[in-house]
Amino acid sequence: MTTTPLKLYQVGTFAAGNRLLGPGERTVQSSMDRASCITSGHRACRGCGEALAARVVMDAAMRATGGRVVTVNATGCLEVFSTPYPESAWQVPWLHSLFGNAAAVASGVAAAMRATGRDDVRVLAQAGDGGTVDIGLGCLSGMFERNDDVLFVCYDNQGYMNTGVQRSGATPAGASTATTRPVGDGVGNAFGTGKNLPRIAMAHDIPYVATATVADLHDLEAKVAIAMARRGARYLHVLVPCPLGWGSQPADTVRVARLATQSGLFPVFEAENGMLTHATPIRRRVPVEEYLRLQTRFQHLFVGPGRPDVVAALQAQADRDIARFGLAPEEES
Amino acid sequence: MTLPFAVSLGPGSSRADLTGAWRTERAVYTDRTAPCGNACPAGEDVRSWLYDAESGGAGYEAAWRRIMETNPLPAVCGRVCYHPCETACNRGHLDEAVGINSVERFLGDEALDRGWRVEATAPPTGRRVLVVGSGPAGLSAAYHLARRGHEVTIRESAPVAGGMMRYGIPRYRLPREVLDAEITRLLAVGVTLEVDAPVTDLDRVMADEGWDAAFLAVGAQLGRRTYLPAASAARVLDAVSLLRGLEVGERPLLGRRVAVYGGGNTAVDAARTARRLGASDAVVVYRRTRERMPAHAEEVVEAEEEGVVFHWLSTIDRVEADGLVIEQMELDADGFPQPTGRIERLAADSVVLALGQDTDLSLLGDTSALTLTGGTVDIDPAFATTRAGVFAGGDVVAGERSVTIAIGHGRRAAEHIDDWLAGRPPTPAPAVDLAPYEALNTWYFEDADRTHRARLELARRSSTFDEVVHGLDADSALYEARRCLSCGTCFSCDNCYALCPDDAIIKLGPPGEYVIDLDYCKGCGLCVEECPSGAIVMVPEES
Repeated sequence: MTTTPLKLYQVGTFAAGNRLLGPGERTVQSSMDRASCITSGHRACRGCGEALAARVVMDAAMRATGGRVVTVNATGCLEVFSTPYPESAWQVPWLHSLFGNAAAVASGVAAAMRATGRDDVRVLAQAGDGGTVDIGLGCLSGMFERNDDVLFVCYDNQGYMNTGVQRSGATPAGASTATTRPVGDGVGNAFGTGKNLPRIAMAHDIPYVATATVADLHDLEAKVAIAMARRGARYLHVLVPCPLGWGSQPADTVRVARLATQSGLFPVFEAENGMLTHATPIRRRVPVEEYLRLQTRFQHLFVGPGRPDVVAALQAQADRDIARFGLAPEEES
Repeated sequence: MTLPFAVSLGPGSSRADLTGAWRTERAVYTDRTAPCGNACPAGEDVRSWLYDAESGGAGYEAAWRRIMETNPLPAVCGRVCYHPCETACNRGHLDEAVGINSVERFLGDEALDRGWRVEATAPPTGRRVLVVGSGPAGLSAAYHLARRGHEVTIRESAPVAGGMMRYGIPRYRLPREVLDAEITRLLAVGVTLEVDAPVTDLDRVMADEGWDAAFLAVGAQLGRRTYLPAASAARVLDAVSLLRGLEVGERPLLGRRVAVYGGGNTAVDAARTARRLGASDAVVVYRRTRERMPAHAEEVVEAEEEGVVFHWLSTIDRVEADGLVIEQMELDADGFPQPTGRIERLAADSVVLALGQDTDLSLLGDTSALTLTGGTVDIDPAFATTRAGVFAGGDVVAGERSVTIAIGHGRRAAEHIDDWLAGRPPTPAPAVDLAPYEALNTWYFEDADRTHRARLELARRSSTFDEVVHGLDADSALYEARRCLSCGTCFSCDNCYALCPDDAIIKLGPPGEYVIDLDYCKGCGLCVEECPSGAIVMVPEES
């Protein structure tokens, strides 16, 4: 007779927690004593992926450091919705930097901690994709190069959202934004542009680079914990759907993030010292169309005759990344 | 508070900003009906007892006790029920239905092994109820009436209790030690059983002995006959008598080649029994197709494994000394079989008729106020017959017939009898708000293939009456219970609490207890979308 190892199916490893699991197997977010670093009353849009991700990341960092963590926040959605003066949703020591210099400020805080003998207090810098891949790239590259003891977290919502949904260097090809309208024969944001910051970070050979999404809290929290267990420059890139800028339903935020990973458009992986060490295989593979159709920023690809050529190009891009990172579902590979 | 130089406003918390005011819809925790329990003829709350069983250990007893709230015969049902719960199970859309029936059997067997018992839940009422018949309907009614404090006596015409579970279902499907143990435990709740005690005139017994109410559950134990032109030497018998005879120790002479006429479960039981009695050929002759056969597919497969052959689209035209003359049929546009005139011969030493069963209502007497339609007793939705104080259920009333349906009838009739004795209006059935598969978010459920129960090796299935289907071991039963998707109710996975972007869900601590803080809930609906079990819904905000 064949035996089957006993697992929890109702819960598996996919839901946040479960009554049948030991506390160690549940997410920090399922715990009643989570720090809830961003409390209620903040002004993020309904279903904001970034508000969710920032709480998950900071709560996991608080758990990992025993509450000894300072955070530096670049200008951007996260800063604007959490801290309209004189109110703030933050429940941790929090510094607001300029749009482009969060990495430099965080490097300075880490240096100050070291100089005062308080290097048990850890530093976590947070920025949106604009503050990371565009405006803040110089400071960030410097922080990587010096291997400063900072975890830099980029919440990637693929555009400048709070200023009115303009294109950033992280906006995907084919997306319509305020500055990349698909006029005439246009396809939206041009192909062959933009920057892949996780791979740029890997090129700096820093100790730890990882990507994650709000669709898998176990994975996201584990990556924060791994990062906080190490010293030196670390980079975490978190995909956070934006109902406003992407034109997705607020209720679909996690679903959209999940489809980004399951279509292959957003590879979830880890790298150490410049080497890819782990990639999360796709569990239920979907065509990119299933992901694109949930978002009005890609609506022009499906209206009327649509743009099957553009959808095919995006599918090819996903297929390339699936091959590059080895993401094919286990039964396919 | 002293403010630093050049600072004119003190720091405040964002909690001053009641962002719940943005809301146009609100999320509400709900508890929808699971398809399994809704489909259970016995009315078991399947989802709840699977939830208990998922803990393992002490959870098994809690699960068993929850089954016992509705069904006093779980070890029997875990063997003979045709599990409409599994047909309805939402997991069937995902991979394969949860093996509810096998978990029920595991729990039933566990209870018998460990000697778990149940007690009456109400003090004696002093009311006396007569139950006529000790089949599944009668036993179930007696159990529920006794637990409600009534004094219950079952009168059974046969020498042993069990009805069709004993005299109709072969031992290879239901070992008698299991049946005996569950009946003994049931009677211990406080039911008096009188065997060899046929009731021949219900009205007189009611009047003479002063019963406050009666439940009529005598079943349908007369095999239906049909006219078949037959040579004098031909052996024609009916399946009900065959199975009953076997139970009281007869060894019917069937010969080597046995034909069974009919397409129900009884026909399959008769054919499988014939194989075990030594028939080399057991052939089921049925006038329609496999798809239209009323017998349960699982039993047909098991019969085929044992060498039973099925002759679809065939009727028996006449019986001759050395066999049968069969006419082939074909289905018309409406799916009814029509004769084709094509004839073939089938060698057979005996013919077993399994054409349905009729009920024997001679006990009613001539003057009873009970009315009948088509040989079955008329009842209202509260199981009351047309004679005041007499209720009826099981095979004696019209409708589908199975052990589980009869157990359900017994329970519901007992509830109505209890209401009637207390002078309460009948308790209305609760509204059903079914949790559809589409309400679930199955991403969160781990891939988990179903475990199937092992079966007895074939060699022993054609010669012995040993039980064919084995039970699950404890590990597999736990695995199977945990495959439940908890359709329509919270199983405390914490997804809502973990995924709220506004930190607006408060976890109270005990499993499944959350509160939505409406001061801050913006009504995004993320918790609804990501709830694995569809236990949260959006409702429009009151304007």
